[in-house]
Amino acid sequence: MVRFILRRLLQAIPVFLGTTLLVYYMVFALPGDPIAALFGDRQPPQAVIDTLRSQYHLDEPFWVQYGLFLQNIFTFNLGNDFTGQPIAASLARVFPVTAMLALEALLIQTVFGVAFGVFAGLRRGGVFDSTVLVASLVVIAVPTFVLGFVFQLVFGVQLGWAKPTVGANADWGNLLLPATVLGLVSFAYVLRLTRASVSESMNADYVRTATAKGLSRPRVVMAHILRNSLIPVVTFLGADLGGLMGGAIVTEAIFNVPGVGNKLYQATLRTEGPTIVSIVSVLVLVFVVANLLVDLLYAWLDPRIRYDQ
Amino acid sequence: MRENNMTIPDVHVEEAGNSGVKPLLEIRDLAITFKTSTGEVQAVRNAHLTIMPGETVAIVGESGSGKSTTALAAIGLLPNNGAVTGGQILLDGEDIAHASEKRMIELRGNTIGMVPQDPMSNLNPVWKIGYQVKETLRANGRPSGPDDIAKVLEQAGLPDAHRRANQYPHEFSGGMRQRALIAIGLSCQPRLLIADEPTSALDVTVQRQILDHLDTMTTDLGTAVLLITHDLGLAAERADKVVVMYQGQVVESGPSLELLRNPRHPYTKRLVESAPSLASRRIQVAKELGVEAADLLAPTEEPAADHVLKIQDLRKVYKLRQGLGKATDFAAVDGVSFDVTRGTTTAIVGESGSGKSTVAKMVLQLEKPTEGKILFDGVDTAALKPAELFKFRRRVQPIFQDPYGSLDPMYNIFRTIEEPLRVHKIGNKASRVKKVRELLDQVSLPQSSMQRFPNELSGGQRQRVAIARALALDPEVIICDEAVSALDVLVQAQVLNLLADLQANLGLTYLFITHDLAVVRQIADHVCVMEKGKLVETGSTDDVFESPQQDYTKALLNAIPGAKLMLPPEVA
Amino acid sequence: MTSKNSHFVAPIDETPLLATDTLKTEQAPLSLWSDAWRKLRRRPLFIISSLLILALMIIALFPGLLSTVPPNDDCQLGNSEAGPAPGHPFGFTFQGCDIYSRVVHGTQASLSVGLLSVICVVIIGVTIGAIAGYYGGWVDSVLARLGDIFFALPLVLGALVITQLPFFRDNKSVWTVVVIIALLTWPQMARIARGAVIEVRNADFVTAARALGVSRVGALLRHVLPNALAPIIVMATLNLGIFIVLEATLSFLGIGLPQSIMSWGNDIAGAQSSIRTKPEIMLYPAAALSITVLSFIMLGDAVRDALDPKSRQR
Repeated sequence: MVRFILRRLLQAIPVFLGTTLLVYYMVFALPGDPIAALFGDRQPPQAVIDTLRSQYHLDEPFWVQYGLFLQNIFTFNLGNDFTGQPIAASLARVFPVTAMLALEALLIQTVFGVAFGVFAGLRRGGVFDSTVLVASLVVIAVPTFVLGFVFQLVFGVQLGWAKPTVGANADWGNLLLPATVLGLVSFAYVLRLTRASVSESMNADYVRTATAKGLSRPRVVMAHILRNSLIPVVTFLGADLGGLMGGAIVTEAIFNVPGVGNKLYQATLRTEGPTIVSIVSVLVLVFVVANLLVDLLYAWLDPRIRYDQ
Repeated sequence: MRENNMTIPDVHVEEAGNSGVKPLLEIRDLAITFKTSTGEVQAVRNAHLTIMPGETVAIVGESGSGKSTTALAAIGLLPNNGAVTGGQILLDGEDIAHASEKRMIELRGNTIGMVPQDPMSNLNPVWKIGYQVKETLRANGRPSGPDDIAKVLEQAGLPDAHRRANQYPHEFSGGMRQRALIAIGLSCQPRLLIADEPTSALDVTVQRQILDHLDTMTTDLGTAVLLITHDLGLAAERADKVVVMYQGQVVESGPSLELLRNPRHPYTKRLVESAPSLASRRIQVAKELGVEAADLLAPTEEPAADHVLKIQDLRKVYKLRQGLGKATDFAAVDGVSFDVTRGTTTAIVGESGSGKSTVAKMVLQLEKPTEGKILFDGVDTAALKPAELFKFRRRVQPIFQDPYGSLDPMYNIFRTIEEPLRVHKIGNKASRVKKVRELLDQVSLPQSSMQRFPNELSGGQRQRVAIARALALDPEVIICDEAVSALDVLVQAQVLNLLADLQANLGLTYLFITHDLAVVRQIADHVCVMEKGKLVETGSTDDVFESPQQDYTKALLNAIPGAKLMLPPEVA
Repeated sequence: MTSKNSHFVAPIDETPLLATDTLKTEQAPLSLWSDAWRKLRRRPLFIISSLLILALMIIALFPGLLSTVPPNDDCQLGNSEAGPAPGHPFGFTFQGCDIYSRVVHGTQASLSVGLLSVICVVIIGVTIGAIAGYYGGWVDSVLARLGDIFFALPLVLGALVITQLPFFRDNKSVWTVVVIIALLTWPQMARIARGAVIEVRNADFVTAARALGVSRVGALLRHVLPNALAPIIVMATLNLGIFIVLEATLSFLGIGLPQSIMSWGNDIAGAQSSIRTKPEIMLYPAAALSITVLSFIMLGDAVRDALDPKSRQR
């Protein structure tokens, strides 16, 4: 197990370096003056240009620039945004909100997705299965932001069950509506995946053997069908964290959640290149670490992974 | 009872019949129907069998004969689309054919145990072996402490059981997994054990050990066994009674030896004739060829035999990665030398991991030897230039084991057989069609099969197509890598006969890779026995079978199921 | 059968002995593809979704067939958020443009983004995945890490960064969106293709082909890839739907198609200002988009079931 963790950590390093390099290269090393490019048609104040030049060490050779950029990320020295506020400080403020939102969404999609998926998979072709399957298709087909607006309108404005926008005081209750919207698409995927996986492992030889041993049906389902079916679901959840981050941008924009996504969205509207690059780099770091954790969970669920190779 | 049976005195029968012992399991007129997309299919009809307490009964049949379905019905584990549609399954006089799930759960484990077929897929990969034993004990209300678990595993012949219980299935070899499954099946001391091809996925020597152990355990516990197998020899050796199923029906049943010596139903007769483990001689095609036979049978004075293949000190070393960066050498083939005489069959026999298939791959030039030489017609194949290698491929062709895997499912039969001609740019379209037709005739497949796809053919038919493809380039040497291992007994016999015919007609040389010594006896002139990468014994087939020199060869020969059964000459 | 141990023989006419291993010739020969097609033809899911897709394709190619009203020419602010009127069945947008006409004309952009992105993703992903899976070893390791690098850049985040590049900011078009989507989503397709190729590459028929003298690349192209196609096709169909949603999301965030190109994404984004007063302005383009996406996902499901090797006879 220790060896597996070590190997996985070693693999994560080149991925993180490569991805940040990719981001950095795209912004700073393509032909043309990156500072001018970052601002597009607008002419930034000279003071901002100077700060950015020193922030990104643009006079140094590329590899030195990149090294210093990495150093900045790891020391959370992310520079200032266009209003002169340090990006690190405002990130520290908004990050917990997004973490809360993402966690809540993750919880919703996993708990409901797995539960519905198991029931549908165990009774494949039944009424519940067909209903849920159609509903999941619809959820996948409608873009998150349309769902967001609809939920906001129906539950927030017309029914008044929740506040249509979250605003400054974000807590678990306020975030329930945006978290539901955020988790809805992945909920549909988790459901479909669990269902397929359950109905496949139901036909596995070891399930028949477990039944032949004299185990009761509930025990067979819990110990032998469910646990094995969860393995592909966990893999999906890891890969889907990136989608959750993207979705957070949309959801936070719609419900006016003061989180990282909203911050990014605002920066996009104002075409604040440097802010975007800084935040994205931090998020990539988060994503790589989160994927690492998911892989460990995966290894815990499936002993073959620990052992192989 | 039929009259003609009376010729065999059967005192034992009368005793059992008179003593008033009630049968443990009695299946009467059983019918099982499956619902499929194309309608209802009756998988089993009028099946009947009786198992007395402590008795071993074997059901023998080819794939699709309904033997497994019958057994699964007895433990209430038919697939969801299958159902008992007639007859009775009486366990101690209680009809369990339509028993409630609750009642079946009570019976399973405690009264009826099961040892499934494939040890690789029947243990849940995510739970420790110990846990999988523990839940069985617990579900049947038995003590399930660590010592109880260890005891169960030890009884099934797993040494160091406390440590083993803490391991996962993937840390076990196939034989050990099967022992674990036997431990689970017998852990609650059931009165009836259903063993569905319990060893068919294992090497012959392991197979023998495990079956011996199973015998001992069930005898000690007084467990009755319902053994499902495709191997008549194994059935006859292990069971008191044999039930032969064909096309979903019981066609013959009776005491093992009696049935084997005196088969009455034409299917059983054919089965007895074809069972490789019972046959004790080479397929004699030459005899049927009349005049030529005299020449073939007479020892021709050939002091310097024509060795088409000479293998010299062949070695293949693989690097095994262990953990981070460390690599150890593993010699899959270690210093193997032998010669193959033109027009004869040389068999390489060994169990899994013996390196026999690696030798085949190297002869086919699909793997490079680490050391040693392969001389084909006196030319070192390692020195072949690409163009020469291309020509070499015309002369040496393979036939592989898995008839489902060896044909591209996207290619129809015509394209499959034509491919070698096309690759080697032989002839034009019309002449290729003609050649493919000839080849289909040679392997006795109708020409109407040209437009069919592999999934529409049976295993034996696919193997014929593979043979036709191998013959397309008029090769001199054919490497058969377990070419008949996956086939049902009758089909296997048919394909072996075909291979023998082709050899006689075309003067082919075979290098026959197999784990099955019984098949070797039927087809090979020379045998090379391999163990762990090394050649342990070589010689003519008769010599090796009659006076094996090495312990390993003896063990292999002993492991052939049914080898010890003496058969009267008119059957063999 | 008086005795339990009697020797029983079934009457021979009950189970006549059949010739061993005869060829079944009742059915017409069926290739994998024609077998799949035969199954598909009978599935209502497949029929409905493919008819819908066909209709959408026609609308995308010839929007004039359904809408004679030019979508942008007579936008009048006086019509802002106005309800349905004769010739304008869906009413008007905030800008006073005809919604029906915009929905019809938006089909083209949305479908082209989806289709072109899928083509690019298949080309990149299958090439890289097939090479990685077929050759294995260090090639596989390097390509796998390369995929991981792009995969570690979550799609919307990556798109945000890429669109900050001057070239992409100044030349927003269908193609820039396609490049962004293809660049950031190929690793998934590569993984699928790699897995499918690995499953096939050690099959005996590939070894047999090599032993016949077929070259390594030849075996990949003629035997391995055709047999690895099924999961790739399924993934591509599903991707098509997902990419159309993606384009809409990017357009909503202002980093997708430029305002000058009519697309459902742009229309939905534009309707958000009217969501409280006139939700139906968003409804129409959203419904058009959802139906399209649903068609592709249903098609993908149907194709997956039809190509599932487990459902094939053996």
